[in-house]
Amino acid sequence: MLLNQFLILSAVLFSIGVYGVLTRRNGVMVLMSIELILNSVNINLVAFAAFREAIPGEVFALFVIAVAAAEVGVGLAMVLLLYRNRRNIDLAGIDSMKG
Amino acid sequence: MIDLLAATTSSVTSIPLGITKEGNWFLQNAWLIPLIPALSFVGILFFGKRLPRGGSELGIAALLIVFLLSICTGFAWMDHRDNFHGEEISQTLISSEHGEHGEHGEHGEHGEHGEHGEPSLAVVNTATWFITGGVEFSVGTLVDGPAVMMLFVVTLVSLLVHIYSTDYVAGDRRFTHFFAFLSLFSSSMLLLVISENTLQLLVSWELVGLCSFALIGHWWEEKDNSNAALKAFLTNRVGDMGLLIGVTILFFASGEMIPDSFGSFSIVTTNALASSGLLSHSTLLIAACCLMAAVMSKSGQFFLHTWLPDAMAGPTPVSALIHAATMVVAGVFMIARLYGVFFEGFSIGGSSINLMALIGGFTTLVGACLAFVQRDIKKVLAYSTISQLGYMVMALGVGAWTAAMFHLFTHAFFKACLFLGSGSVAHSVHSFDMKSDMGGLRKVMPQTFRTFIIGSIALAGLPPFAGFWSKDEILAGTGGWGILGGTNGNGSYTFMLIMGMITAALTAAYMTRCVYLTFFGEFRGHGHPHESGPRITIPLWILAVLAIFAGFLNLPKGFQLVPKSLQERFGHYVEPVAGYFPEIAHATPSWSLAIVSTIVVIAGISLAWNYYFVKVEKASKESGKSLTELPDGLTTRLTLARMGHTLLVNKYYLDHLYTGIITRAVKEPIAELAYRSNQEILDRTVDTFGRTAVKIGQLNYEKIDQNLVDGFVNASGRISSDSGEELRKIQSGKVQSYAAILFAAATILAGLLIVIV
Repeated sequence: MLLNQFLILSAVLFSIGVYGVLTRRNGVMVLMSIELILNSVNINLVAFAAFREAIPGEVFALFVIAVAAAEVGVGLAMVLLLYRNRRNIDLAGIDSMKG
Repeated sequence: MIDLLAATTSSVTSIPLGITKEGNWFLQNAWLIPLIPALSFVGILFFGKRLPRGGSELGIAALLIVFLLSICTGFAWMDHRDNFHGEEISQTLISSEHGEHGEHGEHGEHGEHGEHGEPSLAVVNTATWFITGGVEFSVGTLVDGPAVMMLFVVTLVSLLVHIYSTDYVAGDRRFTHFFAFLSLFSSSMLLLVISENTLQLLVSWELVGLCSFALIGHWWEEKDNSNAALKAFLTNRVGDMGLLIGVTILFFASGEMIPDSFGSFSIVTTNALASSGLLSHSTLLIAACCLMAAVMSKSGQFFLHTWLPDAMAGPTPVSALIHAATMVVAGVFMIARLYGVFFEGFSIGGSSINLMALIGGFTTLVGACLAFVQRDIKKVLAYSTISQLGYMVMALGVGAWTAAMFHLFTHAFFKACLFLGSGSVAHSVHSFDMKSDMGGLRKVMPQTFRTFIIGSIALAGLPPFAGFWSKDEILAGTGGWGILGGTNGNGSYTFMLIMGMITAALTAAYMTRCVYLTFFGEFRGHGHPHESGPRITIPLWILAVLAIFAGFLNLPKGFQLVPKSLQERFGHYVEPVAGYFPEIAHATPSWSLAIVSTIVVIAGISLAWNYYFVKVEKASKESGKSLTELPDGLTTRLTLARMGHTLLVNKYYLDHLYTGIITRAVKEPIAELAYRSNQEILDRTVDTFGRTAVKIGQLNYEKIDQNLVDGFVNASGRISSDSGEELRKIQSGKVQSYAAILFAAATILAGLLIVIV
């Protein structure tokens, strides 16, 4: 069982996701990066589930996919609203919650 | 915990309760009867407005079902009463120095009950409601003679009132609301009559009070109506305190006799203990006095009766159902239910006067006198109700239990008939005022007129109408008729007999007046009155027929004109012959008393007839107007009569007494005292405290507050302010910088995890 390879793949995906979240200015790109993070987690879950021959991990992954879909739905709606109000989706310009 | 064991199982002393758990399906499942109208209440409340007839059809259907159920229960009970030979349940007692238990038990089974033959075993079913602190609170049904009788009366009158109301309140803006409350009322009243314990009785007692409040104030837009509703509610509160205290006393009193228990709410157990003389007399007397207060408020006994006439502010069907036929007899029913307590507490047997008989007798006279001076037809009937309720309480007070129940039974029919008749009249002339808006209605409203006459004769008590039989049984039951063929009752209550006789004459006279003012002479109102529709007249006729024939259910024993098997049927099936009922003696009916009371009634009618049908009629013809009284009557000629009239018009000044004198007398000295004690004692104390406090405070302020506390507070404030100033830099408002912090923190934690693990 090649567990390591999966874990490495997942770690790489996760890092790319984090990098995307932190550096991208475009809201849609940030959302896509979050998807990457979530899917790296899914790969982890499924890999461990297959390795330990335990079903719950796979079930959990399914849940994550469903939740991710909902999250992207909400996120895209927010991006859409941003675009409508500001004519761009640059996250750097959004700091009205500044303390 | 109530410990019920069969009598044979132990050597511990026990008394037979006269109840059983077995019986016909209908007797076992009496709980369905209050449940169905309760469901109908909920149904009307939620869906009533959407139904084609505004929810009234739900109410009528529910009442029809429970009416049929009640009839089945009645027949089941009659069969059970005669043919049931099952196991009787006994109550285990603390075996102590009460050596006479066994003797009492024996006495209960073979004593005077032999007069009625076989004992009747009530069917009791209970379920645990909740247990707290070792006390079990149960709910259940106690089905016996009086309960079955009341089920029949309540469901029948309620059903007829429902049908009548569909016409009477048609088009009302709260039509649905009205029917919802009628259903709730029926449900709570039915719950009350089959209550197994005093707590359940108390709950349903309050529930009927609530429904009464809501229905009196049905047209609350007018201030008078909402005031009347409040008055009824608050007056009933006064009595309810008595009920609460009485129930509590009985709970603990019976607990002393039952092993391993604080007390018992069970009506049967309490009654059985009281009837067999196991509870102390003084306890029972106090409990009975407290319960009597509840009866006085609920059943409109003098001097807490003042709410009942005002309650006529409600719609007429409500007056018929609640304030004449069913709810107001809840008090009478409660006495009948806990009769063991009252019988022993007031020492009814072998006495010649007691509190209950006196209150009842006085009420019956007071109410009858007040009925003479009313202009409002419903108020005449309201005072008549007070008077008749007084009759019932008096009957219970002299030990004539069956007579009281029988009078309750017949009264429900003819009084409901009269009330619905007055409603029919008012529906057509749009007023309740007999003097200014009625008169001569016999020609235009023949159906209402005939039923009203039947109801009036039944109320006045002329043979062979229903009222005669029940009234005469009460008069015989006083045991005061010693001169001619004495009627040996529970004592010799001659005083009560005289009061009853006078009331009989007064009742006959005021009903004659009422009938004359409403139906004879010429029409004095406006518009064109017309006969009411079938939904009003059919219930009237049903009640009128019952007002004629209901009296035959309890033909007196020894009434030679009918076979023996038809005598005292009502008494046989309704009166319990069981361990939970005291051994009461039964008066023998007397022909001479019946004849004399009939003569008294006829005398009352003739006097009123002479005044109204002869003199007033003649004066009307001469003056060409429809008069309601003689222009030169007694009240204009005699000062004493005028004073009496004024006293009656002002309702004995009781309302003045309550609001003007009692309330003020209580309020003002208390206010004065309160003011003084406030100024002299409280204020000075407070002042001293205050001054000392100021000094301490000053010291406190200078030393502790300014230096220590303030320093601490200022320091903490400064720290939070400074740290806040630093920390707000992190709050950039940018999502990505938050994300960076999050991931940095996660990385650090992950690192820590690896290092530590």
